Formats: sequence, structure tokens, C-alpha cells
Amino acid sequence: MNTVTVGRRGPDVRSDLWVELELRKSGGIELSLKSKVDFMYGEANRKLVLDTLKTLGVQHARVDIEDTGALPFVIMARLETAVRRAMPGGKVSACLPEPGPSFALPSARDRWRRSRLYLPGNEPKFMLNARIHQPDAVILDIEDSVPPPDKDAALLLVRNALISVDFGDCERMVRINQLPRGLDEIGPLVKAGVNLILIPKCVSAEQVQAADKSISSALADFGARPSAFDVFLMPIVETCEGMFNAAAIVKASPRIVALTYGMEDYIADLGGIKTPAGLESLWARSQVVNAAKAAEVQAIDTVFADVSDIPGLEASCAAAKTLGFEGKGCIHPRQIPVVNNAFTPSETEIRRAQDVVRAFKDAQSKGRNVVALGSKMIDPPVVQRALRTIELAISAGRLAADWDSAPSPPAGSTER
Amino acid sequence: MKLVKNALGRLVPTDVNGKPQVPYQGVNQHRPEARKAAPLVRSCADYAESGNKLVPDLKAALAKAGVKDGMTISTHHHFRDGDLLANQLFTACAELGLKDLMWFPSAAFPCHQPLTKLLDSGVLHHIEGSLNGPLGDYCTQGRMRGLGVLRSHGGRAQAIQDGEVHIDCAVIAAPAADAFGNANGVHGPSACGSLYFALADSTYAEKVIVCTDNLVPFPCVPWQIQGNNVDHVVKLDRIGDPAKIVSGTTQITRSPDRLYIAELTARFIRDSGIMRDGFSFQAGAGGTALAFAVYLRDMMKQAGVKARFIRAGSNKHLVEMLEQGLTDYILDGQTFDLDGVRSMRDNPRHVATSPFTSYSFHGKGNFASMVDVVVLGATEVDVNFNANVVTHSDGRLLHGIGGWQNCLYGKCVILALPAFRDRLPVIVDQVTTLCGPGELIDVVVTERGIAVNPLRQDLLDAVKGSGLPIRPLQDIKAEVEALCGKPGKPKLTDKVVAAVKWVDGTVLDSVYQLP
Repeated sequence: MNTVTVGRRGPDVRSDLWVELELRKSGGIELSLKSKVDFMYGEANRKLVLDTLKTLGVQHARVDIEDTGALPFVIMARLETAVRRAMPGGKVSACLPEPGPSFALPSARDRWRRSRLYLPGNEPKFMLNARIHQPDAVILDIEDSVPPPDKDAALLLVRNALISVDFGDCERMVRINQLPRGLDEIGPLVKAGVNLILIPKCVSAEQVQAADKSISSALADFGARPSAFDVFLMPIVETCEGMFNAAAIVKASPRIVALTYGMEDYIADLGGIKTPAGLESLWARSQVVNAAKAAEVQAIDTVFADVSDIPGLEASCAAAKTLGFEGKGCIHPRQIPVVNNAFTPSETEIRRAQDVVRAFKDAQSKGRNVVALGSKMIDPPVVQRALRTIELAISAGRLAADWDSAPSPPAGSTER
Repeated sequence: MKLVKNALGRLVPTDVNGKPQVPYQGVNQHRPEARKAAPLVRSCADYAESGNKLVPDLKAALAKAGVKDGMTISTHHHFRDGDLLANQLFTACAELGLKDLMWFPSAAFPCHQPLTKLLDSGVLHHIEGSLNGPLGDYCTQGRMRGLGVLRSHGGRAQAIQDGEVHIDCAVIAAPAADAFGNANGVHGPSACGSLYFALADSTYAEKVIVCTDNLVPFPCVPWQIQGNNVDHVVKLDRIGDPAKIVSGTTQITRSPDRLYIAELTARFIRDSGIMRDGFSFQAGAGGTALAFAVYLRDMMKQAGVKARFIRAGSNKHLVEMLEQGLTDYILDGQTFDLDGVRSMRDNPRHVATSPFTSYSFHGKGNFASMVDVVVLGATEVDVNFNANVVTHSDGRLLHGIGGWQNCLYGKCVILALPAFRDRLPVIVDQVTTLCGPGELIDVVVTERGIAVNPLRQDLLDAVKGSGLPIRPLQDIKAEVEALCGKPGKPKLTDKVVAAVKWVDGTVLDSVYQLP
């Protein structure tokens, strides 16, 4: 029995490739290719399939394909998965697609991570237009959104997507599988230019160190990467043990730029009951924020599950912001503008921060140590916070970088 | 078949179903000179003084109307995919032994699939009207005897008025009618909205039969169809299922990508200054075109702007806008859901319109050209903004033209489209079938940016500095090709199976048989 299948087919499937592969001893390649887009890409697809099989070292096989408009990176990933499945333990060399415009674009430690759009790692159709909805990051997920039998297919699809799909300015994140399995996934992802790896169900500093080591060795293997490149880590704590160890986890590697948590798994582990008020998770959320801030990294809130409840999402974002979170995961594009807006300083916040900073500079220029705004004393941390707000407002495009030299806006200017 | 190149360089037949044709001459270049067509003079003395025109069944009505082999019979799409009349009607024709009939529907739908059997058996000779689904396949497979003729709603009225198409017998499905023949679409268990797609037929056809499942005592008011134009009335068990007027192209999309396109479209209308007090807009069929109205509504509310009128395709969302005072009027060509039907019946500001008032080339003006902005769909658009709405990029017939061509006369015409569908590019070098000249198409909104026709420098100026992603159409095309790969050309035969008419009756393009 040497017949394997990969990918999906059927009337509801789009942009995927279903492959049935039977390796043979002789007879060359017997290819049957049915495609929805045959009249435009039939010849190109045939050539790509044959070339890919050749690169993968397949000389004799029966290959049945049903194509629902798969792009080349999908076709190559599906074929490679099929060949690997047909030769378990065999030596198969990777067959990589042409790099796209966002391949290996570096990220930055302190960039915005307000919204991160989760994309199921084995579903090609959602990947192509993800950047259009302008999340700060995309998370290609090969953990919970991928059923166990498809993990291998999802890893190769995500690897190829990282290389080929234009994710624009989005930071390219991947949520790997729980360690230790996830450690084996790091190498191919690093070589495909991933910016950040999420470690799910993280419970200890040792796990983070193991992931860090895998990244470093993958980077060392891969000399061709731009020197400025770095790969970051974001642990997800989702258990009571993880919560307790959060402070150690977040300090376990200099690659960590943010800490987040998973609500559902945590509540299950806790044996608590999820309520709208969320008192059951208040300690955990505060623990995440405190651990993150103690290590000078970003604290990111969990996802909001009801995609149709926009007022609920707004309230959830506001509550998270109050606690000190700086962003939130998104499971649907419609959540992105709401989340981006919530975690960007509002006009009111910006105006207040401008007043504080002006008062601070005024005091400085007059050689005074005490800053006052009207009749109110301003403490140094308030000034620090105002400076941070101004910095964020400028980087979000809501305030000109030279706002300080421009005349102050007329009183009562309206909020957006 | 002789083909000639028309003003846009497309090869078109000089003869369609035995009638000589004028190739497309350019926008507003063609002026036919003749008297309008008319049916024979009638005398009321030949009709019962009681006003009772009831006949027992369809067969009796067809016999009384003198329907013979080779005649042209029309029906209408007020029930869209829920139409139950056409299949009954042509089954009756088959039982009468009639042959070689031409069906002249205002639109056909997948529910008319059984008619392929009557095309096979010879009861029907050919169809002049929108062809999609099973009937579209029948045509593009080269199985129909005559040529398909695809006309816009306005083009259909034009062809009736100038005599290009002579209707021997119009059969009108009416949700409410009296025995004299007065009829409307707003009352009764099958209420579907307006009957005005049948208005031209009722006045120009040689014979007119009204079929109803809801016979009311005289007078049936409002009389959208007037009994003095009607020859016979038939009571049927069922004429249509109004629940099915909500067909695929009339529901708001749920795709996040399409919703983004809809939102961009609304922002363009706002930021270009078109959205201002007293403006007017039209939303076409197609999920994205409908969704844009919902975004525009919110922007109008926020800005405190009110429209003078909305051209529709009415649906729940537009009715809400009317009821909330966001527009003074809905001028409605057809209702797309039951909220639209209710509103048309109960709200005097929800006005039923006909292709005469809004679309016919032989009108003394039409108000398509008075609408400030229209948002439409399309299957393809080329780099010169020429667009296709009838065929898929592999050449299969996919949609009717509907009011699409007529709407191109709006002051700002926006196509709201995804830049590709399942790897198939929507922006192409040359459209498979040309349905709309690019000079009339002003803006193409895709998820990858907004392209403004260079002919509309005024619009380009209006959105300068708005932050909208304005890009040349060629750039969007290049981006999609980098993603999907350079597409090959679909292979079609050189046998013409259908002609696409322009609104003035000239031939704009040909549809070819599939290999």
C-alpha cells in the first residue's frame, strides 16, 4: 500500500489542491489533472507538477490531482507533503516556491502588535488577502486549527506561504505545535523567513530556551539570511503552571518580545467558570501583564470568540487596555479595525499627553523640577506615560512627528 | 455567418435570426429613424361588455390568442428564480402541438432548466433574453437553433418599441388581477413587487394574457398592468414562489474581502464629495454592490446627509433607509426581497418604475443618466475599463445583462470587484465578452486598490489627499499576475452562438461556442 492523499476537494473548497499519489517502480509519471482553472493555467500547472515531482526525486508514480484554483506555492506544498507521506523516513529535499515581495522582511522588537490575525495553517484561501485587512501581524497557525493528521501538510503549506505570499507590512508569526513536537518545526520556518514564533501552552523557562536554541541553530545553518534578521518569540501561557511561571518564562530568552495567554485552556485547567465579568481570570491577566512589563516586553490579550459581537469586542479591548495590555488576537478580519482602534491612543488621550509633555518641557526650560498642569502636580511616571502615548500616536499616524513645533490645535477640535 | 468589426473592434454578425443588424457605432452615435411599432387596432366592441375575459386554462387562452408555429411569446422575471409560469406555459404549447416558438423573456433563471427539453424537441426554436445556468450552457454548447440575443432591460424595451422584436403573445404572471385584466404585483399570497417589466409587452404585443393565482373582483388596483390592454385572463393554481426572488445575486456578501471592497466603495463615494445632501445612488445586484449601501448608510448617518432618491433593486436595507428618512424616495425597478414588496405596497415614497421611465433608448430622456453614482458588478474588466457581465472568463454564459448597461449612463459608474476569483484574474488585457464600453465606466474598486478612469480627471482631483488607495488599473493587474501567474487565453471556437446588444439596438459583441 503506497497510495497517499493530501489536500481537500469538493464543491466548497477553493484555492486548494487535492493529490492522490501512488509511487511505482517503473512506468514514468502517469498524471491526471482536473482543474477549475484549466482553461487559463492548465499547461502551466502540468509543467509545475512535473517539475516539482522531478525536484522531489519522483520518477515513477500515478498522480491524480483535483485543483480548485491553487496557487503555485500551494501546489508545491501539497505535492511535497504527498511525496513525504509516501516515503516515510525517506530522504526528500525541500522544494521551495519563488520568494514573494515580503519574503524575509525583517521585523522590529518594539513594532505595533495591536492586532494579530489568526489564519488556519492548512487553509490556503484565507492567506492570500490577509494583509488587505491591515492587521499588525498574521499568525499562521499549525497548532489548534489543524487536526493531527494534517500537521505535516500545514507545516509545508505555512513554510511555502511565508516565502511566497505577500503579507505586506504585517509581521509574519507562526504558532507552532506544543513542544517538543514544535521544536522540529522551527528550522523550516526560520529558513522561510518567519519573524516570530508563538510557543503554545508554554509552562517553563526551559521550553523557551529550547525554542531559542532551535532558532539560533537554524539561523546559523542558513548563512544567506540578511544579517539584520532576527527571529522573535512570544510564549502563550495557557495553564496554571504556565501562569505561575510567567515571570521566569518571559525572561528566559532575549528573543521574547511579547507575552500572551490562552483563556479557554487556562479556565479549563483552573476548573473555573467563564463569566462575562471575567473575575475568574483577573489574577491571570494581571500576572501576564506584570510579568511582561517586568521583562520590558509587550503584554498581549487573548482572542474574543464571538466575531459577530462588535460591542462586546470593544468592551473587551477597553478592559484589556485598562489592565495594561497592548494588543489582542483576532480570529476574523472584521475584528481588526476595532482592535487597532482600541489599542491606538485616542484623540483625547493624545491631547492630554500633549498637554503633559508641553508642561514638562516648559518646566525643564525654566529649570524647574516640579511639573504642573493648571493647578495639578504631574508626577514623573505620568510624564513617562504621556511620552509613550505621543510616541505611539506618531507611529500610528495620528500625530505629526513635529507636533511640538507646530502651533497647538484650536480648542474643542473634534475627535475622529 | 458574416461578421464585421464594430466601433470597438469586436467581430459581430450582420444578421441575427434573419434580421439585418447594425454594428455598434459608439456611445450615442446610432439614431434609428422610423415610426414606433404598434399592435393592430382593436375595438372594444369585440370584447365582452361584462368585462369578463376569463378563459378556463392556458391552452384555451393560447388557442383564443391565435398562437401559431414560429410565433414570439414573452414572459417576465418578476419572480426571478421562483417563476412557475414559463414552464407551465410552454408545456401547454407543447401539448397544443406548437413548434418553433421564440421565447422572449425579460430574464431567464436556473428554474427554467426544463425548457432545454422543449428546445430539443422543437417546441422552442430559440430564446432572446438573458441566458445563464442550464440555458446558458445549452446555448454556448451550440445546441440552440437560433442565436441567443442578450439585451439590457432598456434594450428589451427599445427592441419592442422600434419593432426589432414583435411580440405575438405576452403572458404575464400577476399576483393580483381582476377578470378584466387589471393586474399588480403587490397584493395576494404571491406578491412579488412590480410588474413593470411587462409594461412594454402589455402595450406592444399583439395579444396579452394575464395569469393569476389571485383573482379579485373588479377593480384590481393599483393597475400596474391595465386591463384595456389585456385579451384574456387565466386563473392558475400557482404562478410563482416569491420567497425565491432572493436569489444568489441579491444577498449581501459575508466574505470579509468582499465587505472590504464594499466599504472602500462607500468611502470613495463619501470622500469624492458625491455623497452630499440631495444626491442619488443606485445599487445593482451582486453581494458586494448591495453591501456597499449598508456602509454608505452609516456614513450618511454620521455626516447627517440625506439622499433625494435611491434607484433599486430594493431590499430590506434600502427600505430601512427610506423608513429612517435617509432618502426621500426609492425608485424601484424590481424588488429583491419581501421587505421590498411590503414597502412598495404600503409606502407612497417607494415608487415602482418601468424600463420606460428609466432605461429605454427611445424614451424622451431617461433617468439613468440623472443618478449621481451607481455601483455594479462585472465578471471582467480590461485595462481600458471595458467590462464583461455576461460570460465567465472561460466563455460560459453566467449572468444576464439586466439593467447593467443602462446604469452605465449614471454620472459616476463604479465597478466593485475582487481583483481575482479562485486564481482567475478579473482585470484582463481584453474581456472575453464586451458588454460595457470603458468610456462609460469611471472607477474600479478592488481589494487591492481603486482605479479611476483617466478620462475622469475630476474624480481623481476630488479624491486627492483622501488617503484612499488610488492606483492605475494596470498596477493592480500586474500585482494579481505576480500572485496568480500570467493567465493563458481560453480557447473558444469561432462559431457565434449569441449576440450582445448595446442599449440602442446595435450589436456590441458576439458570444462564441465552447470547444
